[in-house]
Amino acid sequence: MSNLSKVRHDMLPNLPPPASSVGVIGWMRANLFSNITNSVLTLFALYLLYILLTPTISWVFINSDWTGSSRDACTSGGACWVFVANRFDQFMYGFYPEAEIWRINLTFLLLVAQVLWLMLPNLPYKGMVAAVVLLVFPILAYFLLYGGSFGLEVVETHKWGGLSLTLVLAIVGIVAALPFGVLLALGRRSEMPIVKSFCVVYIEFWRGIPLITVLFMASVMLPLFVPEEMNFDKLLRAMIGIVMFQSAYMAEVVRGGLQAIPKGQYEAAQALGLNYWKMMVFVVLPQALKLMIPGIVNTFIALFKDTSLVLIIGLFDLLAIVQAGLTDPKWLGFSVEGYAFVAFVFWVFCFGMSKYSQHLENRFHTGHGSR
Amino acid sequence: MKKISLMAASAAMALSFTGLAQAAGTLDSVKERGYVQCGVTTGLPGYSNPDDKGNWTGMDVDVCRAVAAATLGAADKVKYIPLNAKERFTALQSGEIDMLSRVTTWTLTRDGSLGVNFTGVTYYDGQGFLISKKLGVKSALELDGASVCIQAGTTTELNAADYFRENKMTFEPVVFDTSDQTVKGFESGRCDVLTSDQSQLYAMRIKLSNPSNAVVLPEIISKEPLGPLVRQGDDEWFNIVKWSLYAMINAEEMGLTSKNIDKMMTKGNPNIDRFAGKGITSGLGISGDWAYQIVKQVGNYGEAFDRNLGNGSPLKIERGLNALWNKGGLQYAPPMR
Amino acid sequence: MQSDAKKSPSAPSTKTRFWHDPAKRALVFQILLVLGVFAVLWFIVQNTLHNLESRGITTGFAFLSQEAGFGIIQSLVEYSESSSYGQTFLVGLLNTILVSALGIFFATVLGFIIGVARLSNNWLVAKLASAYVEIFRNIPLLLQIFFWYFAVLRALPSPRQSFQPFDNVFLNVRGLFMPQPMPQQGFELVWWALLIAIAGSVVLARWSKKRQDATGQLFPVYKTALALIIGLPLIVFWLSGSPLTWDEPALRGFNFRGGMTIIPELAALLVALSIYTAAFIAEIVRSGIQAVSKGQTEAASALGLSKAKVLRLVVIPQSVRVIIPPLTSQYLNLIKNSSLATAIGYPDLVSVFAGTTLNQTGQAIEVIFMTMLVYLTLSLLVSAFMNWFNTRMALVER
Repeated sequence: MSNLSKVRHDMLPNLPPPASSVGVIGWMRANLFSNITNSVLTLFALYLLYILLTPTISWVFINSDWTGSSRDACTSGGACWVFVANRFDQFMYGFYPEAEIWRINLTFLLLVAQVLWLMLPNLPYKGMVAAVVLLVFPILAYFLLYGGSFGLEVVETHKWGGLSLTLVLAIVGIVAALPFGVLLALGRRSEMPIVKSFCVVYIEFWRGIPLITVLFMASVMLPLFVPEEMNFDKLLRAMIGIVMFQSAYMAEVVRGGLQAIPKGQYEAAQALGLNYWKMMVFVVLPQALKLMIPGIVNTFIALFKDTSLVLIIGLFDLLAIVQAGLTDPKWLGFSVEGYAFVAFVFWVFCFGMSKYSQHLENRFHTGHGSR
Repeated sequence: MKKISLMAASAAMALSFTGLAQAAGTLDSVKERGYVQCGVTTGLPGYSNPDDKGNWTGMDVDVCRAVAAATLGAADKVKYIPLNAKERFTALQSGEIDMLSRVTTWTLTRDGSLGVNFTGVTYYDGQGFLISKKLGVKSALELDGASVCIQAGTTTELNAADYFRENKMTFEPVVFDTSDQTVKGFESGRCDVLTSDQSQLYAMRIKLSNPSNAVVLPEIISKEPLGPLVRQGDDEWFNIVKWSLYAMINAEEMGLTSKNIDKMMTKGNPNIDRFAGKGITSGLGISGDWAYQIVKQVGNYGEAFDRNLGNGSPLKIERGLNALWNKGGLQYAPPMR
Repeated sequence: MQSDAKKSPSAPSTKTRFWHDPAKRALVFQILLVLGVFAVLWFIVQNTLHNLESRGITTGFAFLSQEAGFGIIQSLVEYSESSSYGQTFLVGLLNTILVSALGIFFATVLGFIIGVARLSNNWLVAKLASAYVEIFRNIPLLLQIFFWYFAVLRALPSPRQSFQPFDNVFLNVRGLFMPQPMPQQGFELVWWALLIAIAGSVVLARWSKKRQDATGQLFPVYKTALALIIGLPLIVFWLSGSPLTWDEPALRGFNFRGGMTIIPELAALLVALSIYTAAFIAEIVRSGIQAVSKGQTEAASALGLSKAKVLRLVVIPQSVRVIIPPLTSQYLNLIKNSSLATAIGYPDLVSVFAGTTLNQTGQAIEVIFMTMLVYLTLSLLVSAFMNWFNTRMALVER
């Protein structure tokens, strides 16, 4: 009998790596304390987090008051969210009549449904839905929000306000600027010298001046530009200003999209005998539009943030209406809560959209070899 | 090429469109529209301030309501357009609003070069200083070197500069866009004093978290007659706005209030009858009972003052210069006959 | 319109029809555009003239020489209440340029630091940097300006309880007060010394490059130049008997007088602009560095270059070319965003000129027109400079 009992017949399983290179400790060694500089940096960062976060968390969550109906409910010394809670409806809907608020809700619900449809992959009829969003929905939204027909009471625009006004301004700005942007971008790439130079001048002019002066111009000068009996609503004037301004930025986004389409696509379309507009509408733009979506979302984010400037011309957007609420003698001294609330709302919207746009960019990046 | 002529034709059409311009007067467009467009502040307690439902109240607001009552017979047919100090005149010039009732000081250059006309004085005001009690300052003449919070684009800005220059003092102007921010700047200690029209100082003081810490200095450094204004070139409308205010003042003088006017009218007093439109044609182009409607729906000057600025309000401002002429003040209206 | 063209007898059937000739069609189209633009402009001008006249609004630029009559808190040139509106324009313009230039500087520095930190191999630092970017990029700038202004004001003490970090330096709610250097006679020599030192450094850099090309030997150019630029003026300053006195701030009455002041409006606006723009610049820097392919870094390391030299000589020159165009547009954004100064009362062009001056004179068209022109010019100047810088950078490439 061969006595090989001391020899193993099977391999032992691998020992786990030393505790210092796996698990939490290993991860920490690799990512936080890999050398002296890094360790110092880590400790410094931890200290920074500590001094920033502890008071903030305690102020926002632990020592804060959430329910109540007057400032007397705020006793614990932290944030008084009662102020925001009590005026929440106003912050959302402005001075819109209470009985009609369902119209705003319905409008935005419809919009959200359509946008979700477009965003979620694998749903059919995207083209149709997109057409509805761009063409039918704005008319519907106008009648819903403003009223004046179908038995809906007219709600004057000076009663609009709050977050819904901010959203209306931003969405109108983007949707209405899109067609102008496409035309300007096509013009800028055109071979006709006058058309080209007109578009370049237009785009560079609007991109060269601050939105504040555009809004000033819209509120102060626009009425002087038109005949006396033509009278624009203040909101409409702000919108005109924003659309003129935004179409220049949109044109640059569209131009970027157009440039990303390989030359072969243009040549192939021309070889098929398509004329300029057919080539653009059926071949180039559909491809380019897809590539432009991240850019459009980014412009939308920028515009969404910039709409807070309308408070300077006296429209009650989210920021302005919170500021107005802060001056109510019953609620003096809660400006930090008010501003924090506005910042949070803006942040949630912008962060969400920017994540979506990054996600799209990644998707296009892998799917398309055209870049 | 025909296209060119087509373009020319459309340009000509555009021109003729402009030609139509001057046709309609303000009164006609107000009647057609069904409401008065009135420019007010973005929020100043006592003068024009929206509550959390968006209903506007205040002295300036009551002037708008009086004009609506006179022209349309209903005081609530007003569209309030909140304006900041910078855009108020252009809003009026451009026709966005029919009248501006927004704590605006009547001055020569405003009447002369802005293309506007002041119709009267709703409140005789003067510029003063609000200062923190603990600085121990008793007079504005001790303010040499102080930082002064001012709201941008107002006569206050010019008056303050003049005052300090006149008294050989220096100051540091800290200019804010809205009155709220001015108060906030003052409260944070950015400046030692806040200067504004005195009545506004009282309104601003109640916005401080501890109003009793601040005092209004006795000096009044300027005359600030505040009143409503209209565009130049429409005398009919100018008269209506002017007389809407005078009706309120006359009503107080005659003892007519919103509560007693119906009863007073039955007494056969010829003055009151004329006031209510009996046996008199005003020639203003509006309904004969316009003055009655103002008093019935808005009240007389004294009622409006008390409700918005005086003892019936948190501001508790004395009548002072704004008492009637026969009670030691300056408020005087031409007779209605 | 099409049928008109078809009917036209000048198009015989053998030749291409008028409407189908792209060159002619383009011509017609462009003529139409020109006419359209002129018609619109004419319409606007006519209306405006009519409206101005019928409303009795004063026009023209005569107001620029009238006395302004209001004070401005910060001005880089001589200004008093009796100065003209033209001078308020100049003061506002200079203040805009000041805050923009400082903002561009700080935003670039901060943005580069954060951008590099995002790529740090320290997990916590990278996450903190990306949290910074995500927070500040997604909150409206206006809100951030309000926050910094009122938060900073609330945190600072009153003038009488000033915080005094150094002798003669005071920090309080009215601003940061520092001694101001007052050059005396003979100080010009120091300026000349500085000029000579800079010129010398340039010559030195050229010479060392030539020597390196010829012999491969390195010369510590940066250190020498730094020593020259700082040292030479100092020596001259000392030799010429220190011709400099300090105007020191002192508390008199309500405020500090004398010395230099940084007003809180400027500080808050600057902080907000820098922090906001830095978040965008950080992203640009990050993607610029990531755009340099890994092979480049590895090849450089394989050549034995130190880590700092890999960054300085290989990665940064390549990434800068990717970074500059988007960086330019951030700079332009910053200049335009500086107009938000009006919200907290920093006396920039929009606040002083398009705000107060417009309101006192009522001449909206002239004032807004001038303001827009200024921003356009500033934008064009900055883009022109950055384009020049970009082509210079691009030439370095072989």
